[in-house]
Amino acid sequence: MATLSAPKIVSSRAQFPDSHTLVRYLATGGYTALAQALTMFPEQVAAEVDAASLLGRGGAGFPAGRKWSMLRKSPVSYLVVNGDESEPATFKDHFLVERDPHQLVEGVIIAAYALQVSQAFIFLRGEFALGLERVQQAVNDAYEHGSLGSKILGSNFSLDIVVHPGAGAYICGEETSLIEALEGKRGFPRIKPPFFPAVTGLYGEPTVVNNVETMSNLPWIVRNGGAAFAALGVGRSTGTRLFALAGRVKNPGVYEVEMVKNTFRDLIYDPALGGGIIGDKAVKALIPGGVSAPWFGPELLDLPLGQDEVAGEGSMLGSGSIVVMDEDTCPVRAAWRITKFFSRESCGQCTPCREGSGWIERAMYRLEHGGGRVEDIDLLLDLCDNIAPGLTWPPQQTTICVLGPSIPSSVHSAITMFRDDFLAHVEHGGCPHE
Amino acid sequence: MSHFRIDIRQRAEELVALYPRPRSAMLPLLHLAQEQDGYLSDEGIAEVAELTATTPADVRGTASFYDMFHLEPVGRYVVGVCTNIACLLAGGEALLEHAASTLGCAVGATSSDGLFTLEETECLADCNIAPVVQVNHRYVRTTTPEAFDQLVEDLRAGKLDHDVPAHGTLIRVRRSTGLRAPREQVAAERAEARQAREDRTPKETQ
Repeated sequence: MATLSAPKIVSSRAQFPDSHTLVRYLATGGYTALAQALTMFPEQVAAEVDAASLLGRGGAGFPAGRKWSMLRKSPVSYLVVNGDESEPATFKDHFLVERDPHQLVEGVIIAAYALQVSQAFIFLRGEFALGLERVQQAVNDAYEHGSLGSKILGSNFSLDIVVHPGAGAYICGEETSLIEALEGKRGFPRIKPPFFPAVTGLYGEPTVVNNVETMSNLPWIVRNGGAAFAALGVGRSTGTRLFALAGRVKNPGVYEVEMVKNTFRDLIYDPALGGGIIGDKAVKALIPGGVSAPWFGPELLDLPLGQDEVAGEGSMLGSGSIVVMDEDTCPVRAAWRITKFFSRESCGQCTPCREGSGWIERAMYRLEHGGGRVEDIDLLLDLCDNIAPGLTWPPQQTTICVLGPSIPSSVHSAITMFRDDFLAHVEHGGCPHE
Repeated sequence: MSHFRIDIRQRAEELVALYPRPRSAMLPLLHLAQEQDGYLSDEGIAEVAELTATTPADVRGTASFYDMFHLEPVGRYVVGVCTNIACLLAGGEALLEHAASTLGCAVGATSSDGLFTLEETECLADCNIAPVVQVNHRYVRTTTPEAFDQLVEDLRAGKLDHDVPAHGTLIRVRRSTGLRAPREQVAAERAEARQAREDRTPKETQ
């Protein structure tokens, strides 16, 4: 049975149909955390976030407090919120921007105060038309309410937030690519080092880039204290987290559960959560953290939902997306479709990613659709090895950004776990499931 | 002379004023150009170049990176059907095929009446209601062939005009204010805050 006693830190308002409005937000404690934060010193607010040990919720899981502490001292600095959620089967930020935009805006103002930045940008995926409208409305309301703009709530702190629409590019979720897009350019990831925009970011100025869910946790952390947040979860994985559950489950959706206290099995099977597999079939495989993550077999269903726990088994909790494949799912087709995605979204700067993704996609295509050869299996592994030498996890990198080394995950997993399915495709001259 | 209508031009200038550098308004301005023309026309691109202090070639080169920008005319309704992993597991490919047959056009093409353009999309982040269909980037939540056909009928009849504006119109909520924290004021506040912090730091560490 799932452990569901933890408070809802970021999804408490979603039960109300008007959860996106200022009226509802104010009636449920909205902007009180900001008022409280403004009575504290900025470094005290940052210390609470540090004490919460809040790990970034975008995918890399870097501690938010540590990221903040790296912000280079400069008269001008920026805060950029990454709402470009495009990792396939991840839809928790979509939930947050549509259902609780004020919580996000309040979190951004709190972070901006702690960081003492001059201007904040909320970069939202262009395909979120409703989300863009709701966040823009929330920003408008916040100006009107006095919680944003000049001398916020009568304090000596002023801030502007600009809502910035993306235009359809997965790669813009990579923070340096996002910054390029925000500078009005093609979304090409920047060469590292510098590794962190906190050193050189937007217009070359120090910039903190944080995920939407990370920001949405801040009002609760200020109201309840970092220690209360850190008391939830286990070890490094503190607090709760939104999990986007998709695939062959009865109740796909976004669920907020305490970190580590629940397992993949709890999330997938608990009647209050995933509710089990459609048709009560067996689990064939699951993707634990977005399609960049290596797959798990059903033997790992009892693994806790924690960052280190999942890393310990050679994958990642990543973006908080969990995709369930049942016994009837064709793993070749699934891995082919994921590779097609990467091939389409590769920005084209680095040869291993640009050429490798297309080559792998074509080999996977012929295996799935007819014309595949036994040698293709070794060819695929060789291609994967060229992009991420050694096929280790975390992967070795031959490219500017992590899109490249994410490509092999699904193909390598599918071949390792389901080689017989690949051989059956060769023998059958295409997909035997069809 | 401005190619943008007077209201679009005004919104464009307001957008440029929000950013430290005009080029940063590139993506929002391209969305605006698409709102007026339904796609990125040569005239629209030229005007975005002028507003961002770049060249039309630069604007076109930037726009072509992004899936949402169309450099050729498209239908009034751009229908996107997702076939990425969660939708694949929910029958997205079959729904896409059905959509092509209902609309009478291939994937990537526009129907003969010019009303619909069909696209196969990557993940649209609404995977709990799969397969995901968007029309002009609005989630329409039609997961079955029957529901899809009803949607097309309703769109043709203009019944969804309120929920689904013509292609190009992305954000209907206009920003209510310009910047309210002028640079000089912010600089003065930050300097004061830094000084206050320096003043208290030695005391706290004693």
